Formats: sequence, structure tokens, C-alpha cells
Amino acid sequence: MISEHLPALQVVLPLISAPLIVVVRREAFAWALATAVSWIGLAIAIELAMRTAQSGVISYAIGNWPPPWGIEYRVDRLSSFVLVLVSLVGAIVMPYARASVAAELPSERRYLFYSMYCLCLAGLLGITITGDVFNLFVFLEISSLSAYVLIAMGQRRKALFAAFQYLVLGTIGATFYVIGIGLLYLMTGTLNLADLAVRVAAVHELRPVLTALAFITVGIGMKLALFPLHQWLPNAYTYAPSVVTAFLAATATKVSLYVLMRFYYVVFGNTLVFRTLPLGDVLLALSVVAIVTMSLVAVFQSDLKRMFAYSSVAQIGYITLGIALTNAAGLTGAIAHLFNHGMSKGALFLLAGGISLRCGGTSFAAIAGLGQRMPLTSLGIVIAGLSLIGVPATAGFTTKWYLIVGALERGYWWLAALIVMSSLIAVAYVWRFVEVAYLHTPGPESPHHGEMPLSMLVPAWLMVVACVYFGLWTSFNIGFAGDAAELLLHIGR
Amino acid sequence: MALAGHYGYWIAVLLMIVGIYITIASGNLVKKLIGLGIFQTSVYLLYIAPGKLIGGTAPILSEAFRTYSNPLPHVLILTAIVVGVATLALGLAIVVRVREAYGTIEEDEILERDRAADQQPAR
Repeated sequence: MISEHLPALQVVLPLISAPLIVVVRREAFAWALATAVSWIGLAIAIELAMRTAQSGVISYAIGNWPPPWGIEYRVDRLSSFVLVLVSLVGAIVMPYARASVAAELPSERRYLFYSMYCLCLAGLLGITITGDVFNLFVFLEISSLSAYVLIAMGQRRKALFAAFQYLVLGTIGATFYVIGIGLLYLMTGTLNLADLAVRVAAVHELRPVLTALAFITVGIGMKLALFPLHQWLPNAYTYAPSVVTAFLAATATKVSLYVLMRFYYVVFGNTLVFRTLPLGDVLLALSVVAIVTMSLVAVFQSDLKRMFAYSSVAQIGYITLGIALTNAAGLTGAIAHLFNHGMSKGALFLLAGGISLRCGGTSFAAIAGLGQRMPLTSLGIVIAGLSLIGVPATAGFTTKWYLIVGALERGYWWLAALIVMSSLIAVAYVWRFVEVAYLHTPGPESPHHGEMPLSMLVPAWLMVVACVYFGLWTSFNIGFAGDAAELLLHIGR
Repeated sequence: MALAGHYGYWIAVLLMIVGIYITIASGNLVKKLIGLGIFQTSVYLLYIAPGKLIGGTAPILSEAFRTYSNPLPHVLILTAIVVGVATLALGLAIVVRVREAYGTIEEDEILERDRAADQQPAR
């Protein structure tokens, strides 16, 4: 009986936990509940993913109102893949959070942190699972508002201003999205994603539909930090508490990328987006600029977290690049990179959190000689860094492979060369860490020796292992992503 | 006439531009939020205006009423208003904390103080 309500429970459980935590006001309870909810969420997501592998699409009518009138929750190959990613990151991050949050936040705010985390998780899962575009907006705002609060909880005062800038830009992005779906609603009279796909096809030459496409592209582009719209990201990631950075970097932008794919391939259809309009070329150009310039900017940062924040913008470029290629290989690469990059950046930011706990900061000056002081942490960063570069036998390699195949299929040999070249820039910034950590001698003021607590090190290393595991056994990430790409291209008109 | 007939849209678009201009152009954090508020409100108009029929009533099944306004945009915008209020409240709360931490809510002064703090030797 419960099993048929799994799609609703996926979102409802973390959503209910948030107010419960605020009512109880106990840190231990808050952490236990948030962790339990994350793990149950992961179990539900995996169960849903296995069901979609057998039966295709699961449609769930909220309150038994049949779609397209009621809100529909719709789980297919693509959304269940993203659900697994988000809930997996949540489930790994939560055990880590206990010690990290205790070190970074004052005790009276800790239970609120867990409450906000639950809201953010509910929002991100909701965006992924819903089949209703306005419901998607509401979940987008739930996840964004809680993310602003989480970022503002950072230790330094710069976190406040970073959160404020993110709030302004994020709200503009979300409002653009609402304008877009408003125009779509005016033209079609429906808000259901699947229904919209059918009805937009009838009116897609009309100007309001094209305007809607423009607004949605810019609005979601703001949320996913598409190249010139990424200004909020570096500060937000740098100054947020470590747990928050790891969680958001691995999930929030990925979920927005998922939304973009949905709208491009399902609602508007790839004929309109990529053939009638030159949006594919625009996206391709922006992705290339993002990959090259942001990787270069990352090389010249003096702070580890900030360096990886810029590298995130570059890595998002790879995903949008795959979307713009519009063939099965490119799209498989893009979808798999949601997961692969989520794992490697999650690992890196979790390890960076341990460094800031032990060294009092993540600037390169503070982490000199880290290889001797925290050997396991440094090794983890190097391995996850190799996955960022895309060295064979890491998860990052599989995506780059598919992207290059996709580029060659389109006849863009220069693009394939550029993807390889850009990996060399990634080598440069990962090397900067290697140089500082292994070749520099520790500074005289390094009071805390030793690794981070085991409760933090184990989850972080789990993600490091995932970077390698999913590079060697690709049946989940590439296999599932391939099916999802097939699905998008098949629906796409 | 087509231009004049669409005056509802013109007002909405004008408010959008005004709101987003204020958000971008003013350096005061509270003014930025005011701009953001105007921008969000303009979208409410964009939804509500096409949903309203002049002389239309709420969709109540009765012999007495023949023309109905579309209730869905109104419901959507009720939700959007709640979201807007939450955003504004959170934004103002952050501004209060910014003021406590920096002693100012002017963007350029905040950046100036950050720069000054960075130049001092690390703690």
C-alpha cells in the first residue's frame, strides 16, 4: 500500500522533517532525523529507479486529481537518475555533517541548519520528481530560499553578502522562469510538462512561445550558473559552511541542468530549440568559453575552495556542451557528468571541509605541506582531482570520452581537441594543490595535526572511492544515462 | 489599436523593467530588495490580467452566472505572492545581519571593508 505512494513520500518525508526539527529544537534529534530521512530517501530513490528500469514511467497523481488538471509526479529514467544522485549525496553528506557543523556553527543555530538542509533536500527532490511546471517553480524557491539561509550560516561575514547576492540573482532567475511558464500557460492553457509538450508543438512558431523559451533559458541559466550568469557561485561556494558547499555543489546546479534538459528536449522539442533557433550554437559557444576561461581563472586562485568553485563553473560547461551536441553520445556524456561531477566535487569539498577544520582555512598558505599532516585527505583530493581532469579509470574519464565521441559525430574535431586541451588546464590547477601539499614544507604555525575525525573522513572517502568505482564499472552512471539520453531524443521532436 | 488594447501587458512590462533596473542600479541593499519586489509583482499582473474577464465571476455552477474568470492564474499567483513575501523577508533578515557585521548596507562600502580586511595580515 505504501509502495504506490513512494513518489510522494520521496518529497514529503524531508518536507515534514524540517518543521519537526524546529519544534523539537534538539541538535542530536535534528541530526538523527535528517540522517534517517536522507537514507530513507536514498532507499526510495533506488527503488523508484529499479521500477523505472522495468516499467518505464511512473505517474503519480497528487491527491488523486488526474493529470493534466492535478499535479502529477512523474518518474522516468532521467528523473530517477537525478533523484538517486541527490539523495545519495544527501545520505553521504549527513553523517559527515555532525562533526563539521559542530565545529563551524554556534550551538544555538545547529538544529536550524538541519531543518534548512531538510527543506533544501525536499526542494531539490521535488524539482526533479514533479511533472508540473508551476509546482517546479515552488520547489525551486523552496530549495533556493533554504540554500540562501545555509550559505548565510558561513563563519565569515563575507558569507552574508555572498548569500545576499545569490538571493538577488537567484530570485531574478526564478522570476524569469515564472514569466516563461506564464507565457506558455497563456498559449497552451496547461501546466503539465507532458501535456505542454503536446500542445506547444501546435503553436511553437508563435512569438510568445519563443519569448517563453528565452525567459526560461536565462532564468534556469542563472540557477545552474551557465557561463556569464555564474557570478553568484564562487563567493557562495567559498564562504558557505563546508557541508553546505559539498551538498550544493553536488546537487543544486545539477538539478537545474536537469530542468534545462527537460524544457529543451521535452517541452520545446529539439527541432525548435536546436534547428529552427541557433540556441545550440549559442549554448556551445558559452560552454566552450566557460570551460576554458573558468579553468584558467581557477588556476590563479589562492584558496582551495575558491579554486574548486571556479572549476565547478567550468565543469558545468561540459554538461551544457553535451546538451548542445544533441546526439546520443553527447547527451549521455552530459547526463552521466551530472553524476560524475557530483561525486568528484562532493568528495573535494568534503575533504576541503576537513582541511578547514584542521588548518583553520583553505587558503594555499594555510595548507602548505598538507601531504605530511593529513596524508589521507591529500591523497583523496588528488584522486578526486584526477577525476576532474578525466584521467582513465576515473568517473570523469567516461564523460569526457562520450563528449569527445559526441563532438566527433557532429564533425567538430576542433571541439574534441579543445576538450582534451581543457583537461590540461585542469591538470594545472590540480597540480597547484599537489605542489602546495607535497612539495612545500609546513608553515611554523600549524597547531592542529592529524586527520579530520573519522566520521568526516569516511563519508568523504566514500565519495572518492565512488569517483574511481564509477570510472571502472559504468553500468549505473553510463548505462542509466544512456537510457535517459535515448528517452530524451526519442521524445524530442 | 492593438498596442492600446494590450495596455495590461505594457504596464506589466514597464514594472518589470523598473524593478530590474532598481535592483541592478542601486547600491543600497534595501533598495535592491524593493526593486526585486516590484519586479516580482509585475509578474503577478502578467498572470492575473489575462485570467480576468470583465464581468466574469468566480466559477460557480449556477444558472445566474454565465461568464467566468479563470481561477487558476489567481491560485498560482497566491502561491507566488507567498514565495515573494518569503524571499523579501529572508532578504531583509540577511540585510539586518549584514548591517550588524559591516555597519553599513551600501554595496560599495561593504566591498571596500572586505578589501581593507583582506589587506590586513591574516588572523
